[in-house]
Amino acid sequence: MPEQLAFTIEVFLNGLMAGVLYALVALGFVLIYKASGIFNYAQGVMALFAAMTLVGIQNGQVPFSHLINAIFGTDIHKFGWHVHSFLAIALTVLVMIVLAIAVQRFVFRHLVGQEPIILFMATIGLAFFLEGVADLMWGSELKTLNVCAAEGACLPQGLNLWIDETTFNAFGYGFFIDNLDIVASVVAAILVIGLVMFAQYTKQGRAMRAVADDHQAALSVGVSLNFIWILVWSLAGFVALVAGIMWGAKSGVQFSLSLIALKALPVLMLGGFTSIPGAIVGGLIIGVGEKLFEFLIGAPFLGGATENWFAYMLALLFLVFRPQGLFGEKIIERV
Amino acid sequence: MLDQTVTADGRTIGGVVMEMKNITLRFGGVEAIKNISFDIREGEIRAIIGPNGAGKSSMLNVISGFYIPQEGEVWYKGSRRPPMKPYQVAQQGIARTFQNIALFEGMSVLDNVMTGRLTHMKTGLFAQSLWKGKAEAEEIANREVAEKIIDFLEIQAIRKTPVARLPYGLKKRVELARALAAEPSILLLDEPMAGMNVEEKEDMSRFVLDVNDEFGTTIALIEHDMGVVMDLSDRVVVMDYGKKIGDGTPDEVRNNQDVIDAYLGVAHD
Repeated sequence: MPEQLAFTIEVFLNGLMAGVLYALVALGFVLIYKASGIFNYAQGVMALFAAMTLVGIQNGQVPFSHLINAIFGTDIHKFGWHVHSFLAIALTVLVMIVLAIAVQRFVFRHLVGQEPIILFMATIGLAFFLEGVADLMWGSELKTLNVCAAEGACLPQGLNLWIDETTFNAFGYGFFIDNLDIVASVVAAILVIGLVMFAQYTKQGRAMRAVADDHQAALSVGVSLNFIWILVWSLAGFVALVAGIMWGAKSGVQFSLSLIALKALPVLMLGGFTSIPGAIVGGLIIGVGEKLFEFLIGAPFLGGATENWFAYMLALLFLVFRPQGLFGEKIIERV
Repeated sequence: MLDQTVTADGRTIGGVVMEMKNITLRFGGVEAIKNISFDIREGEIRAIIGPNGAGKSSMLNVISGFYIPQEGEVWYKGSRRPPMKPYQVAQQGIARTFQNIALFEGMSVLDNVMTGRLTHMKTGLFAQSLWKGKAEAEEIANREVAEKIIDFLEIQAIRKTPVARLPYGLKKRVELARALAAEPSILLLDEPMAGMNVEEKEDMSRFVLDVNDEFGTTIALIEHDMGVVMDLSDRVVVMDYGKKIGDGTPDEVRNNQDVIDAYLGVAHD
């Protein structure tokens, strides 16, 4: 196999893997948008918050320790224990559920029936608030996230040697694929299948779609709006946690994590705001597109760094020619 | 509660299933409903009529839990109902339609009707998402009920059509189908004939009668078209300016002087 072609394929595969991570973030947006018509600007911050909480719980960090120390003049930082990853993840899920209930109870319950733009503004506020809380609760330093099932069986990092060797033997070219990316892809696939089955076949999933469509009608068939909204925010919190784990394991848990939300925007415009499969396909297209574009056109002809803007250009084109996205609900108008 | 009567056309009407006692509903200083009492008996078609603004829709909203009255008691199946949210009322077996139609516009007709079965879905989350065991049997049973109602209301041809594409008259019928799918103890219809032409009104009247006859469903409906109501209902409550001015069989109501005044106007001198 010629070197150039093999390298292109490798770029393509790496693009797919990067796309999976974008898709994970986009999923959280889609869930909330579908069920409540709210564009949740805070989704990225929720991923950050979830990742920080996970690390904090794992390391036995005392929440709000800076605040406590400043007020009481104490000097406590750690509980001195280490929590097993699975238990820590379960606890973080609990925290995200509490967060969902709080968000519903203190913010959105008071904004029922308001214009979408007002709800959007509320989520911007929520994003800043949550970022502040995350900082206060766990501190702002860069943290490393290690999720381990047992001693030595952690989320894998770095080059997958098996793929490297096998492909080198077959083609004379070793493919470089990150182990973590492979795990992320598998996790994302499971998550999406689970979510789709949940939305299509379960009572709660149907109720979720009903609430998304018409509040009054949903009430009249026996659906509690409050319950469904809390459920949806909890699910979005869970997806944020998964995204936070994957991104955190890749690049460390730091505040720039909340900026990945911005990359989810073009993904949503491609996939459509209301489609779970759309979020995945959109993510993959953006991931592959920006890597290939950079490799084939950007670096040789445009001086590189096209990855920064390629996704937004693509989204802009979609807005012009297909505003509902690839899989979004058709806009039906009766005149 | 045990008194049963048989109507001229052979339907059995049972005991009182719902009783409104001295209901008063205020919006700020305005009294939409003033101290009204009436009952609904099992298997009957009970109409609430009155001129525009009489408080009929408010009454229906009280029954279905969308409004909580300031005074009075709602008795349902022999016990007093505490103040409830609309979804809880629906879970108790009271289904309704809306004057302005509230359907899931993005879903197909079949999916809309299936949402009416939500209160009947009992198997676990996990079994449902995997489509296994009891969940499968339950889904098939629910689907059968939905299909039966779709057949009954003659909307088979549009089963898969998104509701947003349907004309007004058919939407009304789909809404009725969704309410029926819940197999309700009481079916509340808010102006089922509003905005329809004569032919559509006749169709809808036929469906209301057939539903009552075939499934024995207790129906409470609101209408301001006197003619339609008199033909359909077993008993009629007449409201005007939030007060009850008549209650009885269509014949009794028709000859009630207050009712005639409210509908035809009365000379003030």
